[in-house]
Amino acid sequence: MNPKISFRRVSRTYPLKDSVFTALDEVDLDIGDEEFVTVVGPSGCGKSTLLSLAAGLTAPTGGEVLVDGEPVTGPGPDRGVIFQQYALFPWLTVRGNVEFGLKLASVPRAERRRRAEHAIDLVGLSDFADALPKTLSGGMKQRCAIARAYAVNPRVLLMDEPFGALDALTRVRLQDRLLDTWSRERRTVLFVTHDVDEAVYLARRVVVMAARPGRIHSVVDVDLPYPRTEAIRLSPEFARIRNTVWQAVYHQSPAASAL
Amino acid sequence: MSSTETTFEKAAPAAPGEPGRALRPKRRFPPAPVLNLAALAAGLGIWALLARAGVQALPGPVAVGKRAAELIADGTLVVDALASLRRVLVGFALGTLLAVPVGFLMGWYPVARGLLEPYIQFFRTVPPLAMIPLAIVLMGIGEVPKIFVIFLAAFLSSVVAAFQGVVGVDRTLIDAARVLGARDGTVFLKVVVPASAPFILVGMRIGLGSAWGTLVAAELIAAQEGLGFRMQSAQLYYDLPTIFVGLITIGLLGLLMDRLLLLAERRLTRWQETR
Ligand SMILES: Nc1ncnc2c1ncn2[C@@H]1O[C@H](COP(=O)(O)OP(=O)(O)OP(=O)(O)O)[C@@H](O)[C@H]1O
Ligand SMILES: [Mg+2]
Repeated sequence: MNPKISFRRVSRTYPLKDSVFTALDEVDLDIGDEEFVTVVGPSGCGKSTLLSLAAGLTAPTGGEVLVDGEPVTGPGPDRGVIFQQYALFPWLTVRGNVEFGLKLASVPRAERRRRAEHAIDLVGLSDFADALPKTLSGGMKQRCAIARAYAVNPRVLLMDEPFGALDALTRVRLQDRLLDTWSRERRTVLFVTHDVDEAVYLARRVVVMAARPGRIHSVVDVDLPYPRTEAIRLSPEFARIRNTVWQAVYHQSPAASAL
Repeated sequence: MSSTETTFEKAAPAAPGEPGRALRPKRRFPPAPVLNLAALAAGLGIWALLARAGVQALPGPVAVGKRAAELIADGTLVVDALASLRRVLVGFALGTLLAVPVGFLMGWYPVARGLLEPYIQFFRTVPPLAMIPLAIVLMGIGEVPKIFVIFLAAFLSSVVAAFQGVVGVDRTLIDAARVLGARDGTVFLKVVVPASAPFILVGMRIGLGSAWGTLVAAELIAAQEGLGFRMQSAQLYYDLPTIFVGLITIGLLGLLMDRLLLLAERRLTRWQETR
């Protein structure tokens, strides 16, 4: 099967005053249709850059990014993005934020309402549908951003540490809901996190990245069945995989080569 | 003087609404409106004392109040105030109406910025009042030069604010709209405009202040009615009470307009995180 997203020797550099900073260096990665892939790595290794390239918000300085075999030329509603910094529109209520994309897609009013309700309900914000972002806690803002992306029902979800600001309980609950919707609606998900447990629990493959320059250190297959359950989370097999990923993230030899 | 007091009473309650105040520990001093009124009363008292002591033929509050009543009764004050207000509102409206699109253009298109910025920066350093001689020569002594100078004052302060508002829009908000399917036009209307509204409103307040200041000066030079004109002619007759009435009216009207805009600003930018 053709990959949904392909990174082909993708580099991204940023010009500095008198040098060039390499945020990503020749990254090769294929993500299959309907696959769930997580990305872990130390801060500054280019995880957000990777997502931004797939979203079409950043252009590669080398190589190419393909979605459905076509080079990415810009963002589009087929690829939903959940930003690390939430990026909620502060002048809109939770509902207004969630309906934003639906309005742009000219979804009729009643249908829009229904889909927004559903997405808001999914993240447990029903009681705050009419609240402005400034009155929400960090975790609630994050959940609102998730609902906004879910509402437009994109084929690809690009999620940048979407559960980072949540308490452990809400986090586990939303992980399960995410897996649940994913297995029903079969989206392609590229999910950045720095929580190794989360990375292993959610994914079929975990991409471990290394910094300076940002690159792929290794890709770890997670041979655990879906649906993932608490039993799986506590299984020795889960612990073994988590160990592998942990070693790869925290004991990276400085000169580790890609893959 | 009753008009003074009621206006201050209306204006004062805005102060306790300011955030930050809530963070302060329990106050041991009386609330702001009480302090405002006390200061006002004290000011009037000192004024009355100075007048009684015969400083520079200074008229006392009572004399000024009497004069105000006369000017209100014979309609002059109302005619003058309306003439001044009309000039400032027309000039201000035209100035802001032009400033918003121009500021947006400059913020959105670097080419527009490159072309317009030198002129705007230059004219910003020229006080609008300095344009009066030129305006009179070019446009005569009718309403046009006055409104033009006011327009210029309002335009120059608002345009910079609108421009800065657009430049300061959070990049990730624009990205968020784009990934939800927004094209340039939509990003502009649905993100850039609301996000820069607070800046524009601040610019409008500054613009109104400078328009009002310019107005009075413009009327000092050539006018048949208006608050500035009234004070100018009173000066010829050493009519100090009329000058005082003019000054107080100018202050009160300016304050009133500022408060109205502040109210609008509060309403429209209630969503802001930090204020
Ligand atoms: N616009 C930019 N200009 C210069 N450098 C940039 C820019 N954007 C990102 N970088 C650099 O690229 C590197 C990767 O950034 P990125 O945001 O992708 O990291 P990350 O892996 O998401 O980190 P974190 O886990 O902290 O979110 C960082 O070192 C950052 O300084
Ligand atoms: Mg990041």
